[in-house]
Amino acid sequence: MFDYETLKLIWWGLIGFLFIGFAITDGMDMGVGGLLPFVAKKDAESRVVINTVGAHWDGNQVWLITAGASLFAAWPLVYATAFSGFYFAMMLTLFSLFLRPLAFDYRSKIESVQWRSNWDKALFVGSMVPPLVFGVAFGNLLQGVPFGFDELMRVTYTGSFFGLFTPFTLLTGVVCVAMVLMHGSTWLVMRTDEDIAQRSVNIGRIVAIVLAITFALAGVLVWQSIDGYVVTSAVDTMGQSQPTSKEVIIVAGAWLHNFERYPLLWLIPVSGVILPLLVALLLNNKSNSVVPKVFAFIASSITIACVILTAGIAMFPFVMPSSSQPNHSLLMWDTVSSEGTLSLMLAVVVFFVPIILAYTLWCYKKMWRTVTLDEIEQNNHSAY
Amino acid sequence: MINETLVELSRWQFAITALFHFLFVPLTLGLTWILFIMESVYVMTGREIYRDMTKFWGKLFGINFAIGVATGLTMEFEFGTNWSYYSHYVGDVFGAPLAIEGLMAFFLESTFVGMFFLGWERLGKRQHLMATFLMALGTNLSAMWILIANGWMQNPIGSEFNYMTMRMELVSFSEIIFNPVAQVKFIHTVAAGYVAGAMFVLSISSYYLLKGRDIAFAKRSFSVAAGFGVAAIFSVILLGDESGYEAGEVQKVKLAAIEAEYHTEPAPAAFTLVGLPDDEAMETHYAVKIPYALGIIATRSLDEEVLGLRDLQKAHEPRIRNGMIAYEYLTKLRAGEETPENIAKFNETKQDLGYGLLLKRYTDNVVDATEEQIQKAVKDSTPAVAPLFWAFRIMVASGFIMLILFCLAFYFNARRQIEEKRWLLKGLLLALPLPWVAIETGWFVAEFGRQPWAISEVLPTFLSTSNLAVSDLVFSLIAFIVVYTILFIIEMYLMVKFARLGPSSLHTGRYHFEKAPELAAGLRSQNS
Repeated sequence: MFDYETLKLIWWGLIGFLFIGFAITDGMDMGVGGLLPFVAKKDAESRVVINTVGAHWDGNQVWLITAGASLFAAWPLVYATAFSGFYFAMMLTLFSLFLRPLAFDYRSKIESVQWRSNWDKALFVGSMVPPLVFGVAFGNLLQGVPFGFDELMRVTYTGSFFGLFTPFTLLTGVVCVAMVLMHGSTWLVMRTDEDIAQRSVNIGRIVAIVLAITFALAGVLVWQSIDGYVVTSAVDTMGQSQPTSKEVIIVAGAWLHNFERYPLLWLIPVSGVILPLLVALLLNNKSNSVVPKVFAFIASSITIACVILTAGIAMFPFVMPSSSQPNHSLLMWDTVSSEGTLSLMLAVVVFFVPIILAYTLWCYKKMWRTVTLDEIEQNNHSAY
Repeated sequence: MINETLVELSRWQFAITALFHFLFVPLTLGLTWILFIMESVYVMTGREIYRDMTKFWGKLFGINFAIGVATGLTMEFEFGTNWSYYSHYVGDVFGAPLAIEGLMAFFLESTFVGMFFLGWERLGKRQHLMATFLMALGTNLSAMWILIANGWMQNPIGSEFNYMTMRMELVSFSEIIFNPVAQVKFIHTVAAGYVAGAMFVLSISSYYLLKGRDIAFAKRSFSVAAGFGVAAIFSVILLGDESGYEAGEVQKVKLAAIEAEYHTEPAPAAFTLVGLPDDEAMETHYAVKIPYALGIIATRSLDEEVLGLRDLQKAHEPRIRNGMIAYEYLTKLRAGEETPENIAKFNETKQDLGYGLLLKRYTDNVVDATEEQIQKAVKDSTPAVAPLFWAFRIMVASGFIMLILFCLAFYFNARRQIEEKRWLLKGLLLALPLPWVAIETGWFVAEFGRQPWAISEVLPTFLSTSNLAVSDLVFSLIAFIVVYTILFIIEMYLMVKFARLGPSSLHTGRYHFEKAPELAAGLRSQNS
């Protein structure tokens, strides 16, 4: 159907698509969880906030699971290297992710104040730690990660957990957290009213501006002080997965090469700065019309796609550059599964994704309403 | 060199997290269908009590489901974090079913589980029933893809080693889907999940009947579970895993180990009921045997032999020697000496490369292994017998006790005498842990019996780990044990609380704890 080179390119796009899908859908739930302590002042308000995503967070989380499993299937060496290299960061993410399913389901099952406030804290931690770690991880990818392979392709990571945190990676962590908080607030503005909606507007505006500033600042750092990577040997884009047989050098400013080569691509990072400002303008609880609220949510979703794409394009064709052995860097050309697996998985994705989107949207449509304090009171024993 | 402590800790961590996750999965598999049955009756008859049953058992299902989701995330992470060489070596093949599981099954299950819990007011009756069905379907499809992946680990067909990429690559996906080991595993495992779901509802309903509370509710729940449970337990036992033990070398080894059959016996072999397996002497002491039984169970015939461990090990020795040759040519090819002759030599021997890799435990170069090291590797090529022997017997014994209990429950329920049979109700209540005992020991047999391999005859377990420090593993293992213990206590606290409360937890005003005592007593006599 497609040749190997095209398949590799498509899979670079698909992995990006799945991670963007995760950030837009489950990022929204994480944003809502992160906003919970700030927009809800009493128990009933917390329940309103939680019930705006109650029916959807689990389905949304599957984007993460599917993105991870697709990484395993399409880029096994990236999955193996990133997950084992970032061992403690991954464990931290994993243990935080435990908290959300339990908090959603268990919180309102018992009417104790202590019980509920503990689960609210759990939900906050479970919602904020993963985006922070993912942001820090992306920063590390841009900086390069210290790893290399032996002759049997066994990977050894030589960095440390605390080495993951540099001013730059902390900044990318903040970008990621601000992004999900902004997204969560646009969702709450659409789905709640009165006090909660107003608080969401107030916080949403602030985090949107923080996002625009930190994202621009990260861009400046990539331009001025983060070295990029360049492949100097010929890359066999049709070749088998052999990431150790090429030559790579570290070049200042190399992460801007793709933008310099195709200036139209600048639209993506520029949108990543402008759209959050648009979100800040659109966020508003005064008008009765839902239209600007929906536009704010859409602008926020596109922002997320632009931010992630910016990092992906800057590094292309690198996926995971090695700072200690640059020649062992992982490229989307030389770290992929076999042609057969990529074709098979492409067919599966093309078949199932439209179906998934269709029934997911149907569910959102069915559950669409403004969640109010009255509704929670009436469904005291069945709502989350 | 291989760090044995790291390997041991990695194995313990995977075993603990997988077995812990597997406490919750089977109940989800079974309860979703039971919920679908109850809700179908509600939609067909319009009788409120069946909606209440769906909602109440759904509440308990939700408590279990949440922790199942949380602990399931670990499994997704752990292949990469702790088994990175495994992930590289087989990701091309093994990753595909996991990704398909996400796309085909997980999305379906997780999207509609939200509709199941929170969609009662927002969906029409039929729409909600459909959501329940899709949730159950998603759950079961998910099990199917996981077991296809696991079946491939037991019997890795449809794939081939590529020396250039240094990994296994997909050749035929249909072979992997229709892998006979995966097929029987799927049926056996989901049916075991149905047994767990049925026993759960049966035991807790028995508790209400013994307490004399919410009789009408309990009796109807009991009926559904008894019928479903009888069908499930027969499926588990009749369609047991044994039929899968013929396909693939490791499955044969597993069978011999389960039976502690060190010597190949003339067909049809006897079944060892109990005994004391001794791996050093390779003998089973004090064996109590049932003539002919093993041969018939394992081969479904009277004249086929079941190979013993001594003969199986003997057959592994030449394969290890052959694997050394494969390794020699692999190193040459990896070093760039890709002559047609080297490629041909490698292709001749590569089916035994995995056996050669067994020597990596003793010598990094493999090709320079001494005679003594080869003999050690031969000894390593089969798993320890005693744990398998006993785990299997505990599983089978639990299965047969449950078979009897389900049959009695079904019989007396059909004759409408169940409330008088208090001994049976007590027995059913006490039997609540049995499905979990059987399921956990069964999973242990399947995975421990695969040793020393991660991928049967392809990749030894000790080679599959990540290059981590022992301290990394100590830290994460302790963290898992502590956090999982806390999660388990919270889950059990809620489960026991709501199970005791019963349908009164729905706050409909129709059930035991919501009524004035006299009224409750009056209704009780009216019901019975």
